Amino acid sequence: MFKILGAEFIAPGIKRFLIEAPRIARKHQAGQFVILRLDEHGERIPLTIESANGKRGTISLVVQSVGKTTYQLNALKEGDGILDVVGPLGKPSKIEKFGTVVIVGGGVGTALAYPTTVALKRAGNRILTILGGRNRDLVILEEEMRAVSDALYVTTDDGSYGQKGLVTDRLRELLASEGDIRLVLAVGPVPMMKAVADLTREKGIHTVVSLNPIMIDGTGMCGGCRVLVGGKSQFACVDGPEFDAHEVNFEVLMQRNRTYREQEKRSLEEYQSRQRGGGESAEESTCLVGGVKP
Amino acid sequence: MSPVKEPSANPLTLKERMKVPRQQMPEQLAELRVMNFTEVNLGYSTELARQEALRCLECAKATCMEQCPVGVKVKEFVKLIVAGDYLGAAAKVREDNVLPAITGRVCPQEDHCEGACLLHKKVESLGIGYLERFVADYEQRMGASMAPNAPATGKKVAIVGSGPAGLSAAGDLVQKGHKVHVFEALHEIGGVLVYGIPEFRLPKQVIREQIDKMREMGVEFETNVVVGKTVAIDELFEEEGYHAVFIATGAGLPVFLNIPGEHLNGVYSANEFLTRINLMHAYEFPTYDEPMLDLHGKHVAVIGGGNTALDAIRSARRLGAEKAYVIYRRSETEMPARIEEVKHAKQEGIEFRVLTNPVEFLDDGKGWLKGARCVQMELGEPDASGRRRPIVIEGSEFEIPLQVAVIATGTSANPLIQSTTPGLKTNKWGYIEANGESQRTSRKGVFAGGDIVTGAATVILAMGAGRRAAKSIHEFLSTGEW
Repeated sequence: MFKILGAEFIAPGIKRFLIEAPRIARKHQAGQFVILRLDEHGERIPLTIESANGKRGTISLVVQSVGKTTYQLNALKEGDGILDVVGPLGKPSKIEKFGTVVIVGGGVGTALAYPTTVALKRAGNRILTILGGRNRDLVILEEEMRAVSDALYVTTDDGSYGQKGLVTDRLRELLASEGDIRLVLAVGPVPMMKAVADLTREKGIHTVVSLNPIMIDGTGMCGGCRVLVGGKSQFACVDGPEFDAHEVNFEVLMQRNRTYREQEKRSLEEYQSRQRGGGESAEESTCLVGGVKP
Repeated sequence: MSPVKEPSANPLTLKERMKVPRQQMPEQLAELRVMNFTEVNLGYSTELARQEALRCLECAKATCMEQCPVGVKVKEFVKLIVAGDYLGAAAKVREDNVLPAITGRVCPQEDHCEGACLLHKKVESLGIGYLERFVADYEQRMGASMAPNAPATGKKVAIVGSGPAGLSAAGDLVQKGHKVHVFEALHEIGGVLVYGIPEFRLPKQVIREQIDKMREMGVEFETNVVVGKTVAIDELFEEEGYHAVFIATGAGLPVFLNIPGEHLNGVYSANEFLTRINLMHAYEFPTYDEPMLDLHGKHVAVIGGGNTALDAIRSARRLGAEKAYVIYRRSETEMPARIEEVKHAKQEGIEFRVLTNPVEFLDDGKGWLKGARCVQMELGEPDASGRRRPIVIEGSEFEIPLQVAVIATGTSANPLIQSTTPGLKTNKWGYIEANGESQRTSRKGVFAGGDIVTGAATVILAMGAGRRAAKSIHEFLSTGEW
């Protein structure tokens, strides 16, 4: 059992957990993820590690309520436990001094981009960050990201905060105004990552995305997380999760992520009706950002 | 045939023994079992076991034992059954095999002990697997205590992977007095035994009981540790104080066919399909959270002819598949699956499409599988594996309508440990190089065995490697010599 040392909502439906996991904390590198299982009947889901403290033996995860498991997880509190947490999995982000780097974080994707941004900043890169969300509440980690960015821009779909529009609108402007962007890292909903890739492809700017497909074991054993990259099958768990955005077949990724949509819907509905039936309020079960897998 | 020289409790003459027919394994009716996941084979009663044991010729040169990868003393344990000492028989098996309830169920006996049985030449071979299972289950029911371990040596051994190779080594090493710690990447102990082999062939309860016995013997287990990621081999030595490490991580990554359409929804690797069902209980969705496609009324095919392929397609049948096919590119003779599994599969209405090979998975236009385009094959000259090579018959293309396809054509080496352990040599396929007898690798104190060395094989071959590794590790720990 992995003990939850802290849990707080940082936005509606988005919770940050501090979890005791000494082995994982010690080995974590930016860009890696864990797989967790809540209880004996639970499914295994991958979640990117937001930060880790090797000395204290803790990791933090930022979780958005999207499906049954993430709703159930986000109902847990300090002092509760998670049955299984395994990691750190996947290849770490490639960190070196590129020059000017643009970070694009969409919704909860910002939390996943955060550790890599910190590492890139530390490596001496100039960091330009674009954070996007559907509305003001879903722009997360703004202060943390600002602290490691040379400039930070916010866009919201509804214009409730920052510039009204999509992250790609701001990115297009940056690509025009900034002369020498060496790397773009985009983490967020699949359609957002695809749009970023389409934009930078024209300019030939190296772009990296972090993929979060359906996954079970996370060690390469099942092959469920296979994605088409450069026309070849790659396993997101061992070959990724980060890939060259211009090589990723996003259509196949989206299509495969829809495989269990009916079952996922049913699972969530039954969970929520049980919660209501039990007299407990489904805690903070509010907003979703479209497209982000739990 | 060698004459009986040793004293025997068997009242029958050799001629009489050969007249006793092989005792049939009681099994669930095919019509019923396709609707459940409970075990197909029900196990011998005491009477059936006695009757079967009487058939043993008690050969002076027991080839059955020579052919056993872990060296189970077949003749001796069968004699104890004849004498009515079932616990003694179980203890005799345990001297060489820490997982008798498991091997008694899943070992391809026809390739080992039963294939070597002298009876096999005249009539049907002795039901050694059935007898092994009988004594293991009997021991479990009676709650027999384990033989005591040797005095503690103060040496610590890390075992990476809790599948058959790892468990087999762990059992032998703990008995020698070493402290044994098994790391498992998944949340359950057992490796392929829990994620790969379905309940109807190897009940989880049986695995749990065998694992519990190992815990009683003093073996420690730690789940959720991916060695190579969560901790490196070097750290096990330098920071955690282990004196030897045995790598038994299994076969690894599923191989796909590299044909168009493999990314369609509805195309699975056998590992994923079986993991969802076995490890994650997806067939009990939504009681369990892991989802699975609804197979009721669907047409499902597995590609491949091994035990994994049959496990997958028989599972699909139980999950409601209306049509269930095995698509295999050679003929039934070349199929690597256990004979009993092929028999059971046929009883369950699985259709065998042999000498058939898929060349493309077909899209329904919305990203879901709608069928497979296949070609017919014929057999040519034997290839490197000794099996006759399948050759495409020109112009033989045809389509099979399918909603789900499961690819069970093999695995390739998982690189996680190799890539994080400097100086650990691998072969050109990425498997770890280890001496075939000592299981020693290129790194001092590091041993490897099972599928991560040989590529995908069987439970019993992995257990054999585990035993050899245990022996070799014990020698290394005792002498310090590499």
